[in-house]
Amino acid sequence: MKILVPVKRVIDYNVKVRVKADQSGVDLANVKMALNPFCEIAVEEAVRLKEAGSATEIVVVSIGSSAVQEQLRTALALGADRALHIETDQNLDSLQVAKLLAKVVADEQPGLVILGKQAIDSDNNQTGQMLAALTGMGQGTFASKVQLADGKVQVTREIDGGLQTVELPLPAVVSTDLRLNEPRYASLPNIMKAKKKPLDVKAADSFGVSLSSNVTLLKVVPPATRQGGIKVESVAELVDKLKHEAKVI
Amino acid sequence: MAILIIAEHNNQSLKSETLKVVQAATAIGGDITVLVAGFNSAAAATEAAAIAGVTKVLHADNAAYEHQLAENIAALVTELGKGYSHILAAATTTGKNFLPRVAAMLDVAQISDVIAIESADTFVRPIYAGNAIATVKSADAIKVLTVRPAAFGEAKTGNNAPVENLTAVHDAGISRFVAQELTKSERPELTAARVVISGGRGMQNGENFALLNGIADKLGAAIGASRAAVDAGFVPNDMQVGQTGKIVAPELYIAVGISGAIQHLAGMKDSKVIVAINKDAEAPIFQIADYGLVADLFTVLPELEQQL
Repeated sequence: MKILVPVKRVIDYNVKVRVKADQSGVDLANVKMALNPFCEIAVEEAVRLKEAGSATEIVVVSIGSSAVQEQLRTALALGADRALHIETDQNLDSLQVAKLLAKVVADEQPGLVILGKQAIDSDNNQTGQMLAALTGMGQGTFASKVQLADGKVQVTREIDGGLQTVELPLPAVVSTDLRLNEPRYASLPNIMKAKKKPLDVKAADSFGVSLSSNVTLLKVVPPATRQGGIKVESVAELVDKLKHEAKVI
Repeated sequence: MAILIIAEHNNQSLKSETLKVVQAATAIGGDITVLVAGFNSAAAATEAAAIAGVTKVLHADNAAYEHQLAENIAALVTELGKGYSHILAAATTTGKNFLPRVAAMLDVAQISDVIAIESADTFVRPIYAGNAIATVKSADAIKVLTVRPAAFGEAKTGNNAPVENLTAVHDAGISRFVAQELTKSERPELTAARVVISGGRGMQNGENFALLNGIADKLGAAIGASRAAVDAGFVPNDMQVGQTGKIVAPELYIAVGISGAIQHLAGMKDSKVIVAINKDAEAPIFQIADYGLVADLFTVLPELEQQL
């Protein structure tokens, strides 16, 4: 079985985010970029399924400028077999991304699509669900456990208040939550090997998908800063302040 | 303007998130229809009809909707949604699961996690884990939004809107419910509690979280945790407050042994009053706390419990 893993290049999660003065967005010039953490978990899960003998091939795909090839190489170093770069300089919304991925699904015919539940830049949490809708597949979102058996996948999902397990026929879409696994580090020999693995490039506009979105970004501003308060010296003073000043207890 | 809201409920009763989504919808303006899709869920539909500002309740009652499976709920909402200008659901794990599926089937964008409504087509939402706030304008014929409940107040009740029963059943026949494991607790839910007390890595282990119980009992508080405490295995992940966990905005938030990583602050910085207890005076949490107490939590917590 083939597993398709769509991944995204995002700002490194350790980098402090700075909003541009002209309110046009977040400053990404000379900022460290990385594989989105949830996507890393998706790659790791696919590699584990392959190691367990449940999958035979892992294809990673990313959409963006030529810079995303860096993250595709990272995924190849982690254990993916082959990569597809869909090239565009446009900033795409989730729906356009899902439409492109639906075309890739039609070409590649994967048995399973595993992707991160959200990217840590746009925080949309939409692409997996939209891809499932457009391809008619079932969806197991926010997965903390994935089990394959008899042409089906059981996905344990992290929901508010606990866990829910659903069973989906294959092919299916699974989106990863944080505790699904702990991704490995790529070893140096694997990083070297990844450079020789196949990486195809296709232009985004060659897929016959409209890439324009009806949503316009008007402005981006920093969040309102909260003023720090005072330090209290004792529990008695704290309780007194909460009762008589803040009046919340 | 006609707004369709998909209610959040557990078949027996409506969740407070629904009242907050209705509140957000009133800022858009127009007729508000609430869809209650569930199984043996008449009580939840009756509750929805009592929300002020609701014009009509649609009640779809079938086993296919019992567990809110995305494939079935999305098929139903897509069919109904074509007649509306806006489709809203709470940005909970339920809403986030089915609503993007609806948006894709309607061939429109979804605006996720809306925290403010500027007008019928312009919305405000956090990006980059709340480190930036974006204002976006949608030209789609149907605006599909998930609404962050913590950012809105609850709509009032005291209404008697008509309830219309839907008979058509949308069973996509794709996914099958296997099991559900909900954490049982006598305490209020984190996202609905008036007071939240959370522990971090400073709690040192899971057993020490018991030190928070007595205080939570006295204050009627929910107990939360930082991601560090969850990742260290002290407590289960559904207690996590933060960008990747629950977003809360209670009247009082007490952070105990939490340093205040950005990802945690994103989940609680809109609380009305924040108290921080930490032995490290340099911890970032003190920069946003209204009341900070630099002290060892193991001496402070028993004292606090006693003095409340």
